[in-house]
Amino acid sequence: MGNEACGEGAIQAGCRFYAGYPITPQNELTAYMSRRMEGVNGTFIQAESELSAINMVFGASVAGMRAMTSSSSPGISLKQEGISYLSGCELPAVIIDVMRGGPGLGNISPSQADYFQATKGGGHGDYHMIVFAPSSVQEMFDFTYKAFGCADKYRMPVMVLADGMLGQMMEPLEFDEDMKPPAVVSKPWALTGAENRDAQSIKSLRLGSGEASLERHNEKLQEKYRGIEKKETLVEMYRADDAEKVIVAYGSVGRIARSCVDSLREEGEKVGLVRPRTLWPFPHEDIRRLARGKVDFFVVEMSAGQMVDDVRLAVLDDDRVSFYGRMGGGIPEEKEIVRRLRDKG
Amino acid sequence: MAKTFTRPASMKDAMTHYCPGCGHGIIHRVLCEVIDELGIREKTVAVAPVGCAVLAYDYWDFDTTEAAHGRTPAVATGIKRVLPDRLVFTYQGDGDLAAIGTAEIIHAGARGENISVIFVNNGVYGMTGGQMAPTTLVGQTTATTPFTRRPEKDGFPLKVLEMMSVLPGVTYLERTSVHSPGEVVKTRKAIKRSFQTQLDRKGFSMVEVIAPCPIYWGLTPVMAMKRIQEDVLKAYPLGVVKEGSERI
Ligand SMILES: Cc1ncc(C[n+]2csc(CCOP(=O)(O)OP(=O)(O)O)c2C)c(N)n1
Ligand code: SF4
Repeated sequence: MGNEACGEGAIQAGCRFYAGYPITPQNELTAYMSRRMEGVNGTFIQAESELSAINMVFGASVAGMRAMTSSSSPGISLKQEGISYLSGCELPAVIIDVMRGGPGLGNISPSQADYFQATKGGGHGDYHMIVFAPSSVQEMFDFTYKAFGCADKYRMPVMVLADGMLGQMMEPLEFDEDMKPPAVVSKPWALTGAENRDAQSIKSLRLGSGEASLERHNEKLQEKYRGIEKKETLVEMYRADDAEKVIVAYGSVGRIARSCVDSLREEGEKVGLVRPRTLWPFPHEDIRRLARGKVDFFVVEMSAGQMVDDVRLAVLDDDRVSFYGRMGGGIPEEKEIVRRLRDKG
Repeated sequence: MAKTFTRPASMKDAMTHYCPGCGHGIIHRVLCEVIDELGIREKTVAVAPVGCAVLAYDYWDFDTTEAAHGRTPAVATGIKRVLPDRLVFTYQGDGDLAAIGTAEIIHAGARGENISVIFVNNGVYGMTGGQMAPTTLVGQTTATTPFTRRPEKDGFPLKVLEMMSVLPGVTYLERTSVHSPGEVVKTRKAIKRSFQTQLDRKGFSMVEVIAPCPIYWGLTPVMAMKRIQEDVLKAYPLGVVKEGSERI
């Protein structure tokens, strides 16, 4: 199941600290970690809230451990404070969001309405997380595994943004039982006691001036983000080369859209798919390249239209970008997408 | 002539930003003395709060991080679980610990987390300008209780140690003060006992230190110390509140 695949991906990546708070539809992940951490001598804590869970992860990361928390939309709202502090302190951490319908308590059906809070810095301050968007159980595993490497390399929080459908989905999963965790980077900044070195601190408060100023710190963060945009963007282009119409969709919807492309192609229609596999950094360049041809874009999301903003920014021609979305837990069906796509002419 | 009164090795040679007569400086000093005495400077990882003590890492010469407001015990929990052989303590004001971080402190105690907590009760929010804290006394004037703290509107002071004392995971709780040299010595002893409790892996412990905030009490440093003795200790009696765990 998708949720458990995330858990195993984390274990294989060398994650030895997990703290979480129950919330549907990601409960299987928390339960999985409670069993699995026991066998690998790791730490599992059922925290008193998502606020505590993310801050326990903060503490574990301060001490140099690969650490993870997971939740679903309402809980991610609570974690935003911690994510902002992790970003300010440049601490690695992995956060899984198995999205559900909102706003408020909403429902427990799949949704993609956390796109904004995942990619646009849902907490305060100018920061980004790398956001992976799996669309299969295999990718739930692969991206979670990969997330730990990115988090350590760039010293930042990384999110795997899934939804209730992927979390609950059963699918075969393949991985090498003897796989090695992503390369361990040394963490001289970690706080383990000032033994044979000067005392050091990890903090997000910056009151200094010049090199020590908060403005300079922000500039450094932004430089880091520009580098990540160049290096870490992932996208699947499916039958998009000669396409006249391109569906842009991620996650579960990306999966459904793929079948749409296949059935439309069988009927001779030149349709392709762009499936962003990272939502931040967003594959602006790949979409822009397609947009240089006479391609129309059709964005499908389980939201009122959030990723569509980024597609518009890439295409820079609003007349060529149309949108179809379902909200509050509605899942667009294949024939529904096909019909809507045709309606748009 | 030999120096008889020197700066503890665990304390940096820095001027603090605290107001004259503030309690934080005294408490920093005694806790650094204890760390020296136990010889654990290299094995200590501290968590500073959001509050007037947020810059503690500028004064303490051991590893220190800074938590989001109130999340201090959760951060300490993460560190301690990863580094069980290090001394991990939080240093928190009464806004940090008894208001925004109430859930975090109670559950760290409930889990019997093997950490130490230094809880500085000065009855106000110092950093933000002297607003009411959960610990503010009935009848006390603050920036947000201009007509004094009136229980019918503002509720009653929170006695955190007494509340925590019913938790089986909590091993040692003591309330001390810094209003006189004798009480400072007791504070030092209590902090040492708390750290020793942790080093002996005996579970959660907390020392609540009654401290002055002369600026926002509207008193001179001397009068602030007097107020502690005459008023504050009536609401917050000193002494050991709990010793010995009921944990099996
Ligand atoms: C989430 C959040 N809310 C509010 C604040 C503003 N704030 C900073 S310190 C503080 C209270 C500090 O009071 P206390 O914990 O009693 O410590 P003191 O300054 O008295 O030592 C508040 C409310 C903040 N930094 N973060
Ligand atoms: S405001 Fe109060 S607590 Fe803060 S430094 Fe001044 S005296 Fe100390």
